[in-house]
Amino acid sequence: MPHDASQTSAESPALLLHGVRKAFADVVAVDCLDLEVPRAECFGLLGPNGAGKTTTIEICEGLTVPDQGKVELLELNWHNHADELRQRIGVQLQETQFPDKLSVEEVLRLFRSFFRRGISVDESIRTAQLEEKRAARVGTLSGGQKQRLAMACALVGAPELLFLDEPTTGLDPQARRHLWDLVDQLKQAGRTIILTTHYMEEADRLCDHVAIMDHGRVLALGTPQQLIASIGGEHIVEFAFTARENASSMADIALLTAIPGVQSHRSVAGLHQLSVRELHTAVPRIFAELDRQGLHLSEFRTHSATLEDVFVGLTGRNLRDE
Amino acid sequence: MNKLQLSSLYQLSIMRFRLTLREPEAIFWVFIFPILLAVGLGIAFRNRPADVLQVAATTPQLTRALAADNGLAASTMDESAGSRALANGSILLLAIQQPGGVAYQYDDTNPDARSARLLADRVLQTAAGRRNPIPAVDRLVHQPGSRYIDFVVPGLLGMNLMGSAIWGIGFSIVEARQKKLLKRLVASPMRRWQFLAAYLISRLTMLVLEVVAFLGFARFIFAVPIHGSLWQLAALCVLASLSFSALGLLVSSRARTMEAASGLMNLVMLPMWILSGVFFSATRFPAVIQPIVRALPLTAAIDALRGNMLQGIGLQHMLAPIAVLLAWLAVPFAVSVRIFRWR
Repeated sequence: MPHDASQTSAESPALLLHGVRKAFADVVAVDCLDLEVPRAECFGLLGPNGAGKTTTIEICEGLTVPDQGKVELLELNWHNHADELRQRIGVQLQETQFPDKLSVEEVLRLFRSFFRRGISVDESIRTAQLEEKRAARVGTLSGGQKQRLAMACALVGAPELLFLDEPTTGLDPQARRHLWDLVDQLKQAGRTIILTTHYMEEADRLCDHVAIMDHGRVLALGTPQQLIASIGGEHIVEFAFTARENASSMADIALLTAIPGVQSHRSVAGLHQLSVRELHTAVPRIFAELDRQGLHLSEFRTHSATLEDVFVGLTGRNLRDE
Repeated sequence: MNKLQLSSLYQLSIMRFRLTLREPEAIFWVFIFPILLAVGLGIAFRNRPADVLQVAATTPQLTRALAADNGLAASTMDESAGSRALANGSILLLAIQQPGGVAYQYDDTNPDARSARLLADRVLQTAAGRRNPIPAVDRLVHQPGSRYIDFVVPGLLGMNLMGSAIWGIGFSIVEARQKKLLKRLVASPMRRWQFLAAYLISRLTMLVLEVVAFLGFARFIFAVPIHGSLWQLAALCVLASLSFSALGLLVSSRARTMEAASGLMNLVMLPMWILSGVFFSATRFPAVIQPIVRALPLTAAIDALRGNMLQGIGLQHMLAPIAVLLAWLAVPFAVSVRIFRWR
């Protein structure tokens, strides 16, 4: 019985990658990747385009065969248990276009027929909140509705493990929040979800653990809070300045980082960034120091540290730089 | 949901039907176009009297003598005007009065001009007093079964079987690949053979509709005969359709874009439209290329269909075209299953 099997193996990870490597021609897409995702958790692969997220998730989905390394899902592997695995996972690919001339219900009936067990078509339509679009042709759906249909297709087999590849890319903010609510529901239902994204808000909001990827490698792994804490300060102070007359246009960075509560300094695209533990004590001192050095602020702002700042800290680039 | 709705083969097949029937252009090309073509050709060639051939002569007397034949329309013109008329094709033959005889000026590579030569000579010689040593009478054939429309209907049927199989299967597979639907399907537990089987099921079902509509039309409007067994005709249509489906599968097994697929399909079908004897007999091509012409699946299909419909030949006497069709079924299918790109 599948139900019993999942109970007895509740301790084993839902997904295990060990030493996975994949190269296309001479481009290494994924390099020596190790990942372990426990059951009933939402795990995010966060990184810019070209970081190897899609290759990684497609290796997990059995669509791409890795050059080397071990891939285990639900204690099974693609080499020996492909049919069994396809029955037990749900997949949403980055850019599937369902036939425009089929209705929502027809597409779901088709996908439901592939699975030995699963939820009813009605239930999948309800879960994806597509009740009003049940009889509508796919060609008439909005981007967000199409994405929810793709999600419903991934859910009809009642998967134990759900893969979502950039589920909200290209959606407007409202459609994105709508999809986040859907993922929240699935998390609460105890499903294991693995998603890729290049939106740090998305990873922050949805994921229990996040792996930050770049150039086919995992740069950092942890809960969003751990990752943000790793850069040392909870706040980011950003500023730019111009020099006053008779003053050097270069700031003495060492004096800025010496201010109590300032953890680190970075210069990104002409902006200086300081990560800071407590804004109310650090900011007046930063003002005073810049003034003392004869520098005139042309820009100044602060924000709470995010996964974006973690990525910038790790790579010196912004997530959305292509 | 009942059992049938839970069957993935049923769902895949019904998806193909829906997608076909919801595409109005496809319906036009598959059902309406061949009928329109048959109507056009039927009208063009229907009960047409024998052509009257345009000729000219250099003297009025000669012109009158030529005009005595029903098959000739004669006019008078001098030699230079006649040569120009020959060159632009407004006359086929110029009869030139010469001392003690007549000269015929015409192009002997043009069959109509050769006919005009024979008719002109006959009427002039008869007028001069020639008598035929053997009495002869004409028996004219305008019976169903030997008209041009009878010849062209099996050709159009073969062409339609080819087009609907190659276009119908090729385009939708490449479209599914281009839109990443194939990739999504293979990421699901779908059985891959069922995906391809669904194409065959829908193709063979559509085939029944197509063939019945087209042959029914030809039968009732033009009285095109079907002398052979209907079951054998059905079997031939199925075999031909399967062969062309295998070819369509092969054409679409790697292509990633519709443009590439479209080019490949034309590359495959164009030689057959030209060489396979849809509108005239393929035996007219030179002997050198006959082995190629004979090896084409459309030639084999049309030969077999004509054999059945026009001559009533049984399957046991058309093993050569059947073997050609079987080979075109087996080889492309085996190759495309090996090289098929699922993503």
